[in-house]
Amino acid sequence: MTTHATRPPRRYRPPGQLGGRGPIGGQAKRRLTIAGFLLPALAILTLFVFWPMLSALRLSFTDASGFGREKFIGLENYTEVFTDPDILRAMGNTVLYTVMFTPLAVVLALALALALNSPYLPFRGVFRTWLFLPFIVSLAVAAFAWQYLLDPQVGLLNYWLQGFGIRIGNVLQDPVLAMPTVVLVAVWKNFAFYMIVFLAGLQEIPGSLYEAAKMDGAGPWSRFRNVTMPLLGNTTGFVLIIATIAALQAFDQIYVMTGGGPYKSTQTVVMQIYQSGFKDLDLGFASALSYVLLIATLILSLVQFFVTGRREKDVG
Amino acid sequence: MTALTERPPRRPEAAAARPLAKRSAPLRRIGPWLFFAAMLAVALLVLLPIIIIVFTAFKPVAEVNAFPPSLVPGDWTLDNFTRIFTELPFGRLILNSFVFAGGVTLCALVFDSLAAYVLARIDFRGSRVLLIVIVASLMIPFQATLIPIYQLVADLGWVNTFWGLIIPRAADAFGIFFLRQVFLSLPRDLDNAARIDGASEFRIFRSIVLPNAVPALLTLGIYTFVNNWNDLLWPLVFTTQQEMGTITSGLTLLTGPSGIVPYGVMMAGSLIAVVPLAVMFLFVQKRFIESVASTGLK
Repeated sequence: MTTHATRPPRRYRPPGQLGGRGPIGGQAKRRLTIAGFLLPALAILTLFVFWPMLSALRLSFTDASGFGREKFIGLENYTEVFTDPDILRAMGNTVLYTVMFTPLAVVLALALALALNSPYLPFRGVFRTWLFLPFIVSLAVAAFAWQYLLDPQVGLLNYWLQGFGIRIGNVLQDPVLAMPTVVLVAVWKNFAFYMIVFLAGLQEIPGSLYEAAKMDGAGPWSRFRNVTMPLLGNTTGFVLIIATIAALQAFDQIYVMTGGGPYKSTQTVVMQIYQSGFKDLDLGFASALSYVLLIATLILSLVQFFVTGRREKDVG
Repeated sequence: MTALTERPPRRPEAAAARPLAKRSAPLRRIGPWLFFAAMLAVALLVLLPIIIIVFTAFKPVAEVNAFPPSLVPGDWTLDNFTRIFTELPFGRLILNSFVFAGGVTLCALVFDSLAAYVLARIDFRGSRVLLIVIVASLMIPFQATLIPIYQLVADLGWVNTFWGLIIPRAADAFGIFFLRQVFLSLPRDLDNAARIDGASEFRIFRSIVLPNAVPALLTLGIYTFVNNWNDLLWPLVFTTQQEMGTITSGLTLLTGPSGIVPYGVMMAGSLIAVVPLAVMFLFVQKRFIESVASTGLK
């Protein structure tokens, strides 16, 4: 009886008596139903998410290569991850990529979301649709287009910039400029997503707050600082973190445009995992590197969890 | 008269803001248009790569590699489109992309909604723990578990098959969580009535809950389809034969080791890759943008 009292009243209880079956038969049938509903999804998550997570951890302590017997080698792979200059370089590049990508993409997305949310902009709806278009283009395809635009011989953008006296040369072969270039491609492809999230956040801010601020004599900048930013704080935190996680996983456009070059200047962690795991077949080592990525993502996700948790508390 | 034409009747909110606004009347009138012009410039820059894909796809080879480069083709041709079908098994790649992205989307919608139904609508021992475990798995990036997933797929003999591409993604934690939130918000009166009438859980799921969640299913479906259609790393890893690749992974094969890129053919292929999503976007534009907003906000 006590269990009945503690249950939330809305929740479903088995209609054992109502269905005309005995309570025992009803209970078994109910369990079977629940299991049947959950089974396909849980089987797939177990096989292809949870088990691989444990398996990668085990592999990271071995010299697995896909052939022959795996040998347990302790922390050797991890030692290599944190001492091999090429791998340290790849991690450094990933950090550099993230430091360039995240602020650029988020600030651009916020600025454009504010513009799209402004009642003074004519044809807002058209602009919204238009600016959203990069979202449906894959990063690989975006990379092809940018590669052609930036081609040193026949690239249109290169040619136009020359008209302004700017010679950028072969950016993808330039060890300094290659990284900013692949970052720009990702910013182009991804800002639309963050912009829409910001726009949704902006639309939740009640217009009456702006009216009140206006009455008090607040100018546009003051309204942005004192009304928009505080109320958009949690959305901003959320976008910052998903952008950072996306940046840590940079792969597609780099694979297409530079292959990690020139001189490994655009080699990122995921590029390195692909290279070590699927080209060099050094599965143990690639798994160790994967775990570094996993831990980094996990930490960021936990931060996000607390950020969104705080948002819910604020609302409720 | 001139005073009247220069000052059109103001809207009430403009009138209220008037004493505080320090802007002059002409600036107020051209302000929005300056704003518009600036946005137009940004929007054109954003559109440039898409424009270049469309125009280059129809350019003859000579024009693609001409200097100085031009934006619009002088002669329009379909050569690039015929060439992509000879240089790659492109018809097959298109089919593969549809089967892969469509298959993942269908399976995920079915399996995610089944699990979400139980998690949202039936109280059972361990449901909370299960939900926490599922939500926690959202934090695992697939790139980090790719190697064991590959080993498993290889052990099953599924490399270069649709099974290998689709099954590992046939359910996903985000979809389950997203649909659970949606199902929680649907009213329960009808389910309870149906239960008293002796309807099975599956019947309630199929005939009452699913029809009421169509917008959410569409939202999740679009999100899943777009992500898989555009994915590069996944098909790159699970297919080693050209004939089993997707459009996205197949196109990367065009850049040979020589480093010479057949831009015209590549842009034709890119255009074909974008068109299905663009058509989808045109038809369900509002839902498409909402899907991003809601999946983004979680």
